[in-house]
Amino acid sequence: MQPDISVQNLSKTYEDGFQALKNIDLDIQKGEIFALLGPNGAGKTTLISIICGLVNPSSGSVKAAGHDILRDFRAARSAIGLVPQELSTDSFEKVWNTVSFSRGLFGKAPNPAHIEKILRELSLWDKRNSRVMSLSGGMKRRVMIAKALSHEPDILFLDEPTAGVDVELRRDMWEMVRKLRESGVTIILTTHYIEEAEEMADRIGVIRNGELILVEEKTRLMSKLGRKELRLHLQHPLDTLPPELVDQPIELSEDGYELIYTFDSQQEQAGVALLLRTLGELGVEYRDLQTRESSLEEIFVGLVHHD
Amino acid sequence: MNLYGIRAIYKFEMARMWRTLMQSVASPVISTSLYFVVFGSAIGSRMGDIDGISYGAYIIPGLIMLTLLMQSISNASFGIYMPRFSGTIYEVLSAPVSYVEVVLGYVGAAATKSVILGLIILATARLFVDYSVLHPFWMLAFLVLTAITFSLFGFIIGIWADGFEKLQIVPLMIVTPLVFLGGTFYSIDMLPEVWQTITLFNPVVYLISGFRWAFYGVSDIHIGISVAMILVFLTLCMVLISWIFRTGYRLKP
Repeated sequence: MQPDISVQNLSKTYEDGFQALKNIDLDIQKGEIFALLGPNGAGKTTLISIICGLVNPSSGSVKAAGHDILRDFRAARSAIGLVPQELSTDSFEKVWNTVSFSRGLFGKAPNPAHIEKILRELSLWDKRNSRVMSLSGGMKRRVMIAKALSHEPDILFLDEPTAGVDVELRRDMWEMVRKLRESGVTIILTTHYIEEAEEMADRIGVIRNGELILVEEKTRLMSKLGRKELRLHLQHPLDTLPPELVDQPIELSEDGYELIYTFDSQQEQAGVALLLRTLGELGVEYRDLQTRESSLEEIFVGLVHHD
Repeated sequence: MNLYGIRAIYKFEMARMWRTLMQSVASPVISTSLYFVVFGSAIGSRMGDIDGISYGAYIIPGLIMLTLLMQSISNASFGIYMPRFSGTIYEVLSAPVSYVEVVLGYVGAAATKSVILGLIILATARLFVDYSVLHPFWMLAFLVLTAITFSLFGFIIGIWADGFEKLQIVPLMIVTPLVFLGGTFYSIDMLPEVWQTITLFNPVVYLISGFRWAFYGVSDIHIGISVAMILVFLTLCMVLISWIFRTGYRLKP
């Protein structure tokens, strides 16, 4: 199947010489939710901005919905909706008008029923006649999403959609993203909140210093790079680690009541069994044990800070 | 052609005018009325005719041009500067509209406003002085062409400006002197010879002269030259705008 977004060998060097993107290759399939992770200044927004037409690429090519974003910009851009990071709104406009404006701008005939549907879904219907400037920050964010959806795009870019947004709106937004995906919309989001990517994304791309260092399915990424941790709560505290365990990846907590054993999730489970057997032989008794898989956040931090 | 897109921008910009009716219509009408009262009625009644036209009537074309130029520039420059300033320009840049369509929307709206304003001032002038329009078609043509040309010029300023100061500086520091020295209040024949020659480098002279010809059939400069000059300036602005969009100057990094 032809990818919905195809980025080939894309580079961007700004006028001041800063190289924001280095030879990015990326295919995003139709209907998937793709999360782009990376620290500040890594190039996430530049990548999105080039695909959406806000920044000129230095070299390479991008296709959206099968159309070259430069040669065939009308077809490509018609398919795309963008919710940028900054809250940029027309303060003096009324909600209904500003959303209708966006639809017109994208070349679609007026469709009040569709605008109404979007406003209702985003809980903006009651505010349709309010001026944008009278809305709260969260409401303004909803307005920007409504604008991006006004022309029924097939591809939706959400640049840091939940930055500075309250919990309720974040939940609503996740819900909305899932619904959109069900209707076949491809979604690309950048985020700082790893839990967001963990919660929603099908695939994850990590960008660092303008390079796409990894693209992987979320589940595979987590199992591949994830680490597991086994914590044993001891019946009686230990002063020191028994010598039999010293050369193993085991730590003793400060109060001596906990043994923490970390291992790769890919690794054979034999390590755990061996550990437990050794403890039994040593007569170390434990009253509880728990295992924990590392979160995407930990994986991410590990990746980004690894030089 | 993305007609809905052009319409959206045009409507948006026109709505801005209605929202700021006092500023965009009332204030130029009031200030022009003051000119008519002071120069047309008060001082004008003590002045002789110029080229056989009463002084009050003589200054009408120049005063309309003054407002037309100032308003075209400020409307169009503000229209494109504001979205750049507030960041909402992202939407226009990411939309399937070509630069010609963007310009049609923004400049079309700015020019429409100026033409409406010019006609309002023309009607207001009736309250103070008697005048006739000899060539109504050419009068309208000049009005529209000038409005378009200077709205394009304003659009360029709105893209070039990186602060509110720059936005104001061109209309205030350049256009006002050019209009005042461009024969609004006098015929250039009345100047010493050296100044007559210098005046010919002022593009506004051609506009006012041509516009006055449309009213009264008299002009300092041949009407053909006036039309040619305005078309030259129009072309220059269009070339500059196409360069702006081709290179993404101040719009796309």
